[in-house]
Amino acid sequence: MDATYTALANFAQTGGLLYFMAIFAGVVLYACWPSNGERFNEASQIPLREDD
Amino acid sequence: MHQGRGYLPPIELRSGSPIWTNLFTLYGANIMGERKVRYLSLEEGGFSLLLLAAAIFCLVIAGKTWDQVLAFHTALIALASLTGIFFIFRRYFDGNNTPAPLEINGKPNYNMGPVKFTTWAAVFWGIAGFLVGVIIASQLAFPALNFDLPWINFGRLRPLHTSAVIFAFGGNVLIASSFYVVQRTCQARLPGTIAPWFVVLGYNLFIVVAGTGYLLGVTQGKEYAEPEWYADWLLTVVWVAYLLTFLGSIWRRKESHIYVANWFYLAFIVTIAVLHLFNNASVPVSIYSSKSYIVWSGVQDAMVQWWYGHNAVGFFLTAGFLAIMYYFIPKRAERPVYSYRLSIVHFWALIFIYIWAGPHHLHYTSLPQWASTLGMTFSIILWMPSWGGMINGLMTLSGAWDKLRTDPVLRMMVVSVAFYGMATFEGPLMSIRAVNGLSHYTDWTIGHVHAGALGWVGYISFGALYCLVPWLYNKKSLYSLRLVNWHFWISTLGIVFYICAMWVSGIMQGLMWRAYDSLGFLEYSFIETVDAMYPFYVMRAFGGLLFLAGAIIMAYNLVMTVRVGEEVESEAAGQPALAPAE
Repeated sequence: MDATYTALANFAQTGGLLYFMAIFAGVVLYACWPSNGERFNEASQIPLREDD
Repeated sequence: MHQGRGYLPPIELRSGSPIWTNLFTLYGANIMGERKVRYLSLEEGGFSLLLLAAAIFCLVIAGKTWDQVLAFHTALIALASLTGIFFIFRRYFDGNNTPAPLEINGKPNYNMGPVKFTTWAAVFWGIAGFLVGVIIASQLAFPALNFDLPWINFGRLRPLHTSAVIFAFGGNVLIASSFYVVQRTCQARLPGTIAPWFVVLGYNLFIVVAGTGYLLGVTQGKEYAEPEWYADWLLTVVWVAYLLTFLGSIWRRKESHIYVANWFYLAFIVTIAVLHLFNNASVPVSIYSSKSYIVWSGVQDAMVQWWYGHNAVGFFLTAGFLAIMYYFIPKRAERPVYSYRLSIVHFWALIFIYIWAGPHHLHYTSLPQWASTLGMTFSIILWMPSWGGMINGLMTLSGAWDKLRTDPVLRMMVVSVAFYGMATFEGPLMSIRAVNGLSHYTDWTIGHVHAGALGWVGYISFGALYCLVPWLYNKKSLYSLRLVNWHFWISTLGIVFYICAMWVSGIMQGLMWRAYDSLGFLEYSFIETVDAMYPFYVMRAFGGLLFLAGAIIMAYNLVMTVRVGEEVESEAAGQPALAPAE
């Protein structure tokens, strides 16, 4: 019981850490990727240019 | 595939359509004795069948149940369903059920009827919810106001207040703004003719069923999830329709990029659906009884409840209203959001972290300590995305700060974001176990919630309503910016009264509970703490009254905007004119 708990807890804690760090890194990379900059500038204008 | 008004298709058995569709085409043509041929669309037929099934189901229950509240509610739902069928077929027999064109003169033909309905529903429920808030605040200060009547005692009115402000007011603001924003930013009309109306009317029917249930003593006793099983079923069906309608607009979008506000709306809709299903997994004791029992037991139930409860805050009251922030503040300030990159990081970080924060509601309970520590840790990490989002909202005004002086609507929204920053600073602080030991069960929590609810959710909603009404009715501007100013200052004063009173009262209450004398005995009896809070309760009720007064000023201003506001002359100058309802 104790061993199972420790093993599961270790897996969840380490796995959770890696999982979240990986997702966060992915998101930051996607958001900051230089070639996406133009698309994002374009996208930020969507609410403003819809009136034409 | 949709044709304009006046297009009359020939009689034909359309392949791919169910047989009843074709039968109705023929039947409708024959009994009216006209040459006009009508289609009952798949959507109209489908909704008619759904409503018919609901009506029959409800009528059977209403007839056989021994539970008077259930009889009342099922009869109400049956009546509403039959009314829905009546309207579907009235349109059909009047021959004006041709689907509205998706575009007119190359411009999207937006469907703003449901948006208008939910806008006014939000105004109505907002005032109702704030009024009930003032009543229950007064009941706490002056218990005689309970009048010894079961229907209006504090215990029943309190969920009426929370549901009215969160789900009725906030929910209608979210539906109105989401239907508006998704159409405008996708340049696409909402899909369906019946579906959007089913969503807005069904949602408000759910509100009525839930609210009258509380007054009549029907509740699950789960915070923010009080409605009983049958109301939950109703909401489930409506919510699925909401999700599909929203997704349908995104599906049709002309913009290749899905604007960030839509991401937040989508996270709100999807997550609320999941939370609702898990936290209401209950089995009625009988189909003829309003009482049900949840399938989770003991601490698991508590954990699911607060996983739900905190994410009702995180996804209903935060993600949904952040969507409003990301559309309405740039729109009103006439400049794009400060950093679109930050908004992407904000979105993913917020939704991935919020979902874990719930266990901080269960410190010092039978929940294992590691679980509440996990909740606490994630709550503290939430500082980052919350403040990132706040900075993104506030900095949108950089270079245009002067607008805060001239435009009270924008000021309201910016102050709202400031309140968001304050409440999301306070929340993680209160989730820390040691701080929670002082704050939990005290009025500090109530003060914290209202900093978020009145300041953040309330003000961003008022800002959105002040923007929406002139846009929806093609008016140049609001009836009176002076009145917006009055609303702003009266409400702000009210919020300050409210949260300061609750801070003092809550911390005092917490300190009195834990005060020991030199012999190790508790220093105060419980009733002494209640007595000590009296002046703060009065102050809080006064603050609430000011907030209510502000909302009434807003309602007057919005009504007058529609009645006497100056029209936008040309279509090109403002929002495109709306096509007349079919």
